[in-house]
Amino acid sequence: MVDRTGTPLVDMRDISISFGGIKAVDHVSVDLFPGEVVGLLGHNGAGKSTLIKCLSGAYQANAGEIYVNGQKAEIANPRDARDYNIETIYQTLALADNLDAASNLFLGRELTTSMGFVNEAAMEAETRKIMGRLNPNFQKFAAPVSALSGGQRQSVAIARAVYFQAKILIMDEPTAALGPQETEMVAQLIEELKRQGLGIFLIDHDVHQVKRLCDRAAVMKNGKLVGVVKVDEVTTDDLLAMIIAGKKPEHLAA
Amino acid sequence: MADASASEAPTQRKNIFQTLEIDTRLLGMVGAFIVVCLVFNLLTDGRFLTPRNVFNLTIQTVSVAIMATGMVFVIVTRHIDLSVGSLLATCSAMMAITQTNILPSIGLDLGNPLIAPIAIIVGLAVGALIGAFNGWLVGYLAIPAFIVTLGGLLVWRNVGWYMTKGQTIGPLDQNYQMLGGIGGTLGETASWILGVLAVLAACFAIWSARKSRISHDFPVKPVWAEFVLMGISAVLILGFIATLNAYEVPTRVLERQFEARGEVLPEGYSEGYGLPFSVLLLVIVAVTMTIVARKTRLGRYIFATGGNPDAAELSGINTRFLTVKIFAIMGILCGLAAVVASARLSFHSNDIGTLDELRVIAAAVIGGTALAGGVGTIYGAILGALIMQSLQSGMAMVGVDAPFQNIVVGAVLVIAVLVDIIYRKRTGAK
Repeated sequence: MVDRTGTPLVDMRDISISFGGIKAVDHVSVDLFPGEVVGLLGHNGAGKSTLIKCLSGAYQANAGEIYVNGQKAEIANPRDARDYNIETIYQTLALADNLDAASNLFLGRELTTSMGFVNEAAMEAETRKIMGRLNPNFQKFAAPVSALSGGQRQSVAIARAVYFQAKILIMDEPTAALGPQETEMVAQLIEELKRQGLGIFLIDHDVHQVKRLCDRAAVMKNGKLVGVVKVDEVTTDDLLAMIIAGKKPEHLAA
Repeated sequence: MADASASEAPTQRKNIFQTLEIDTRLLGMVGAFIVVCLVFNLLTDGRFLTPRNVFNLTIQTVSVAIMATGMVFVIVTRHIDLSVGSLLATCSAMMAITQTNILPSIGLDLGNPLIAPIAIIVGLAVGALIGAFNGWLVGYLAIPAFIVTLGGLLVWRNVGWYMTKGQTIGPLDQNYQMLGGIGGTLGETASWILGVLAVLAACFAIWSARKSRISHDFPVKPVWAEFVLMGISAVLILGFIATLNAYEVPTRVLERQFEARGEVLPEGYSEGYGLPFSVLLLVIVAVTMTIVARKTRLGRYIFATGGNPDAAELSGINTRFLTVKIFAIMGILCGLAAVVASARLSFHSNDIGTLDELRVIAAAVIGGTALAGGVGTIYGAILGALIMQSLQSGMAMVGVDAPFQNIVVGAVLVIAVLVDIIYRKRTGAK
């Protein structure tokens, strides 16, 4: 069981963002504890990705505050987010297609030699080490990532987060482009990261997946938070009702 | 993963080029270049591949080639710079005024050894500033590079004109002119020494790359392949030096030199020109830019941004400031190219560098830089510049009419890109 008595890893309070008059996120609050996976559910355009991009630094909230480990955090760009050990695995796979796996894994944080040049050999060696752990079948270290399959690309993106010892991981539909076997691999990886005490925000469309992988689920509709529920206390039908009708299940509505 | 095993199979049978790990694209370009040279050599009854013409071809290529290396970075990041020719003119005007007006007026008389370095520093600074300004407009104000530099094309050409009131300024400083080409060469002995040093450096680079891979237990090429590569680089470097050394200084020039020293030219004495300083400058620029592209974070970020700007931004790369840096580098290279171009002419004129933007872009594109971004090499751009210049001067030697020369060059640009597209489709490369 997740211990929710201490300070939350992340506490997003009363976040609002609007784009040209449209309220994409409207006074939403969610929190995340160590070793916990919180699922974010909702239709396309419900505002889940927008909300999470405030945390990853891609957007800035118009109103609201973010606390990391109880401290107020100023996240103006992706670099700031990384300083708080927040790593994001994007739906669109933020990989540079023309570069190889090692270059992508270390993008923005290259290992350098004493002369200040990028140390390709060391980066490839580290990449081989971590990929050996995460995805032992991975062999294409010299090819640009455009030559990789969806699962292989996803494992590069996950390796990046794991290598740099993320404390808070944001996964935006990590299995959307993957086959069943690869999805299973990602699921196991999430379990493993959870055991290591990471907090994970998982954005997903698949209610079953959320029930299986997450501890709590936050459901959004039209930019508003419908509710945050413990997945063990609800059925998939309850979750679907929250997503579609925007209603909290009656047995929980107090 | 299923496709991992599929890709293993074809690696069993490698052809010689794969074993040597030579880019087949590069081979194609070298092949095209050789064909161009041989055809013109045939049409001119052997006058094209004389040491004299090779020498001239090389020094004519330098200015465009220097700018083309910078254009690679600009195009790789999905931008374009149409203002390089005009920027060259402004830098050249600034340097001409500095050495003929400003410096003499503050007490540095003509012939003072400080004039050339000060003028060059001024030119590079002007180039860097204007380039950085262009980059700021593109990166921070998000104006498309095409528009910024199209405006710059008009602005900077005429700023140069305004500064010089349209006058041609010359002759330029004697030391400054040494960077123009024939006015300043290393001589035979120094050229040989430099050539041998370059060969040693190339061999060392190949060997240390191999050692580094072995120390991490990565697969390496067979030893013979490394030696073949070393041999090829040695033959190319020393062959080039030998050709430049074979271009002999005309007897009357030597007579004048000896007279100036109060001596008489000995019977049967001859001297080769050797490597021009301007070509040495190009080599230094090429090596530096290649190191930047491959071995520095800046280079990584340039290629990453070109491949996927969003990924680069999300990876914490400051892509706006990166754009400023890239355009500033382009500006500095325009300044350097301006030094070579005006020193070669020995004066500054208003039309210096006219249409260079098109030559530079064409050189980069023929050299394999993809306008879609993310792909391009420095050596390719230089080879592209050399191919363009060979075509142009070859046709001039054969006596092709001026309009046809431009028609051919234009057609070659389009065909080169078409061939490249077909090549990439066939090989599945991106």
